[in-house]
Amino acid sequence: MTTTEIAATTQLPLVSDPRNPGLPLDMAWVRAATANRSAIERRCASLPARRSVKKDYQAAWLLKAITCIDLTTLAGDDTAERVRRLCAKARQPLRADLLAALGFDSLHTGAVCVYHEMVAPAVAALKGSGIPVAAVSTGFPAGLSPFALRLAEIGESVAAGAEEIDIVISRRHVLEGNWQALYDEMRLFREACGEAHVKAILATGELGTLKNVARASLVCMMAGADFIKTSTGKEAVNATLPVSLVMIRAIRDYYDRTGIRVGYKPAGGISKAKDALVYLSLIKEELGDRWLQPDLFRFGASSLLGDIERQLEHHVTGAYSAGYCHAAG
Amino acid sequence: MTVKEIFETMEYGPAPESAVEALSWLVDQGDCFGQFIDGQFTDPGASFDAINPATGEVLAHLTQATAEDVDAAVAAARKAQPKWEGLGGSGRARHLYALARLLQKHARLFAVLETLDSGKPIREARDLDVPLAQRHFYYHAGLAQLMEVELPDQRALGVCGQIIPWNFPLLMLAWKVAPALAAGNTVVLKPAEQTTLTAMLFADICRQAGLPKGVVNIVTGDGAVGEMIVTHPGIDKIAFTGSTEVGRRIRVATAGSGKALTLELGGKSPYIVFEDADLDSAVEGLVDAIWFNQGQVCCAGSRLLVQESVADRFHVKLRARMDRLRVGDPLDKCTDVGALVSAEQLARVADMVAANGAGAAHRAICDLPAAGCFYPPTLITGLAPSDPLMQEEIFGPVLVSTTFRTPAEAVQLANNSRYGLAATVWSENISTALDIAPKLVAGVVWVNAANLFDAAAPFGGLRESGFGREGGSEGLAAYTQPRATAKPLAPVVAMPAGRGGPVDPVDRTPKLYIGGKQARPDGGYSQAIWSKAGALLGQAPIAGRKDVRNAVEAAQGAAGWAGTTGHLRAQILYYIAENLSARAGEFSHRIDAMTGKRHGAREVEAAIQHLFTAAAWADKWDGRTANVPLRGLAVALKEPVGIIGALCADEAPLLGLVKAMAPAIALGNRVVLAASEPFPLAATDFYQILDTSDVPAGVVNILTGPHADLAGPLAAHLGVDAVWSFSSTALSAEIEAAAAGNLKRTWVNDGLAHDWFDADLRPFLEQASEEKTVWVPYGA
Repeated sequence: MTTTEIAATTQLPLVSDPRNPGLPLDMAWVRAATANRSAIERRCASLPARRSVKKDYQAAWLLKAITCIDLTTLAGDDTAERVRRLCAKARQPLRADLLAALGFDSLHTGAVCVYHEMVAPAVAALKGSGIPVAAVSTGFPAGLSPFALRLAEIGESVAAGAEEIDIVISRRHVLEGNWQALYDEMRLFREACGEAHVKAILATGELGTLKNVARASLVCMMAGADFIKTSTGKEAVNATLPVSLVMIRAIRDYYDRTGIRVGYKPAGGISKAKDALVYLSLIKEELGDRWLQPDLFRFGASSLLGDIERQLEHHVTGAYSAGYCHAAG
Repeated sequence: MTVKEIFETMEYGPAPESAVEALSWLVDQGDCFGQFIDGQFTDPGASFDAINPATGEVLAHLTQATAEDVDAAVAAARKAQPKWEGLGGSGRARHLYALARLLQKHARLFAVLETLDSGKPIREARDLDVPLAQRHFYYHAGLAQLMEVELPDQRALGVCGQIIPWNFPLLMLAWKVAPALAAGNTVVLKPAEQTTLTAMLFADICRQAGLPKGVVNIVTGDGAVGEMIVTHPGIDKIAFTGSTEVGRRIRVATAGSGKALTLELGGKSPYIVFEDADLDSAVEGLVDAIWFNQGQVCCAGSRLLVQESVADRFHVKLRARMDRLRVGDPLDKCTDVGALVSAEQLARVADMVAANGAGAAHRAICDLPAAGCFYPPTLITGLAPSDPLMQEEIFGPVLVSTTFRTPAEAVQLANNSRYGLAATVWSENISTALDIAPKLVAGVVWVNAANLFDAAAPFGGLRESGFGREGGSEGLAAYTQPRATAKPLAPVVAMPAGRGGPVDPVDRTPKLYIGGKQARPDGGYSQAIWSKAGALLGQAPIAGRKDVRNAVEAAQGAAGWAGTTGHLRAQILYYIAENLSARAGEFSHRIDAMTGKRHGAREVEAAIQHLFTAAAWADKWDGRTANVPLRGLAVALKEPVGIIGALCADEAPLLGLVKAMAPAIALGNRVVLAASEPFPLAATDFYQILDTSDVPAGVVNILTGPHADLAGPLAAHLGVDAVWSFSSTALSAEIEAAAAGNLKRTWVNDGLAHDWFDADLRPFLEQASEEKTVWVPYGA
């Protein structure tokens, strides 16, 4: 596997694999995908007890988690100013004294994730930081607006400067078993993204079964997704460990057969530093260390950073921290 | 490493559990332990050491129990027993509840001490061993509470000798002590000499719980102490978990002693992966199956059978998973595989693997600590069933593998083993999984899972994996006996040779009945059967060992009987009853003529009743669903034992034979029956009834002749699964000793009489069936 230096405008990731070019839809592979829910839940229940990260190691892992956060605001009352504040937090996610105590000069989140209308202010606010702007798109969160408009929305966001596009799939294609339609849709979304990386949001909370999650993951990867992502954050159930295990095993399977690394983004419901450590260990165990970099792993989260800040202050000072001690985003 | 460096490498780093409290507890005890007898510790003699196998460090000094210690322990237990049983179920329940609570209060101390002493990872001790031990005491507090209502006719056995292994020291203690105490027994327990410390802590807990003195006694030391317990005349039951080799010796040592015995022994459990399985989950399941407790698990899924179509892919995934296992410091919370229990065990595993030249071995790519009893997780693929490592228990982190083509071949390979403890089946197809599970010769089957345990689910083996069940109401029953006491059985002798002529106007030749055919005895001898008045009633064939062989072969040929429906078997039993009833007068006359008594008519009527009762049970001897804490089913099935050899009652020539036969075949067993020795002609008449009642050939086989000649070959026959003896000849000891060969189940009378007219067939049905627990977790 060859790796290439990526554009100097971004500090992280330092290296990146070639993008996933996709494959023709392989229905035999898709249909063979299974997921035994009980066994998957047992694995997820035992993993947090099997892996424990303490002291300096925990601090380093939490810093890593910060670099993997897509700092997100997806609210109807978002304004340009609100987004500028968020971008400022993305540039300096951790108090300077804590950063220094941990031996770091600077650090930033993986990306800032917003709706289309907020792309331009975000791009302006992040200029020169190397932090990409991700736009949710294609009729987010339900994905039921006219198809042509969904494609056009991608184009608009890319034109506005988004480097990452988080598309939502049509859940009905999965629920109807119309894998060809899902594949075709994803292909067109990917084309519309051009150079921008595309994350496919499966909305796993609406897919009914883990088997559907496994199959939808494979189809989206075959259609060229750079990342697969669990949720919009708007479904009743968002990222869970069992769903994550199914999706990353699909990613591993795809890598084993094609040599292409697809990224993973759990989103929604991850708000504790401890949860972040479990997710990172799940990735390390099932996919390997290479996936523990922001070019292949992101957290979609809005409140996770706050808990990580408090935990890191506790690590540095030995005293439990409070929210007001850390800058708002 | 700096935080910044770790940020780049993303290593886990050390996450050690502190041993301080556990080591302080040992210091508080003086680092020395004597025996725990009658509620207090005896003075320590410091004759052997408790060693941490991960470091070689000496943790404490322990004392080899003497014969006097064992005597004192048994005497204390004996003295305490009546009062303990007299507390009643609810009184005992409170004590068991207190023990459960104290196990919970000191959970971490138990876990750390267990890890120090045994080398198992702290995660397992903390998350499995200790919680399961607590659960066992809670569950049995409940069984004790309900005992008078649920088992009104049963009482405690008395004093139980319990010998447990080193792989799950505290958990096996709980499995032994909780049911024994719940049923009203007192115990003398011997932990393994490698892992004694948590038993010492448990003794401390017993004192804290206010358990009456003498209810739990713990003696320490090696196999010599175990032997003292096994042979002690003051002990009523032996419960042993350990190796098949030692189990076999215990079977021989206790033969004829009248001691109840349960054995939970070795295994080489198959782990079957079908092509439609969730392969990633099946790989992860192997981590629980063979790398749990370093593979030192009697029910470890140690024999991987993968369908050919996915074998290569599966093995690739498996090797990759192995390379992510973390082997090392058992006290580190990130350790998956800890230390083997002792240097001796490490050498044994290493030698077995080194002696194997077959297949291809993959040793997990992992860092091993420089010192301590560590062995890398190992997979050996490409073995054939004939390779020794496919047959022999390794008891270490070594998985062996072969492939299969079809479901039928999977079953054949899975069952190609001396053992029969556990099995695992992976398939996403419910029809496949539920078809295969009952066909596996194993006491426990896990569908899409491995090593699930719970106090409510019976656990135990078949074949050389031992007999008896632990857990559930079945496990409790193994610590009870009927309240009714049996009378001694006097030898029943044949009528002396008379001078009269034959009673039959035309000469009749009774024969053996083998495979649905009448057969002359291989030896070619017959024995005259006389009436009390001296008339010649007939000449009964004298069967010998070759006739036993032929009869067992015929029974093996009738294996399909086990697969018939209860409804069909009931129909056939009713038909036998109908045909017997039609000839009641003739049988009654025959019995009276042989015995010289006038019970014949009553005996025939009771035999017809037993046939009806067995027919009634044939489709009602149901299993149950165990209430385990799992989203899924744990179904305790009642399966036929297989081939049962029975030495039938001498005193009730027809009734004794029917009462053994009917419940056995009602549940799908096949039988080889040795007829009443002095009065065999009712049995040879009876095969005519069988011939006319649609009984398939080989299901019932009847031999006549001296029980003393038939008992040995039957009990030693490796194809026979159980031997029952109701003979008035003293054969119990010989049968139990000979049964050690394949560790077949025995049910012998120990010289005590049975009331053949008693209408309750349940004791026979229990002996004729075996629990198989099938775990089926589910989830859409």
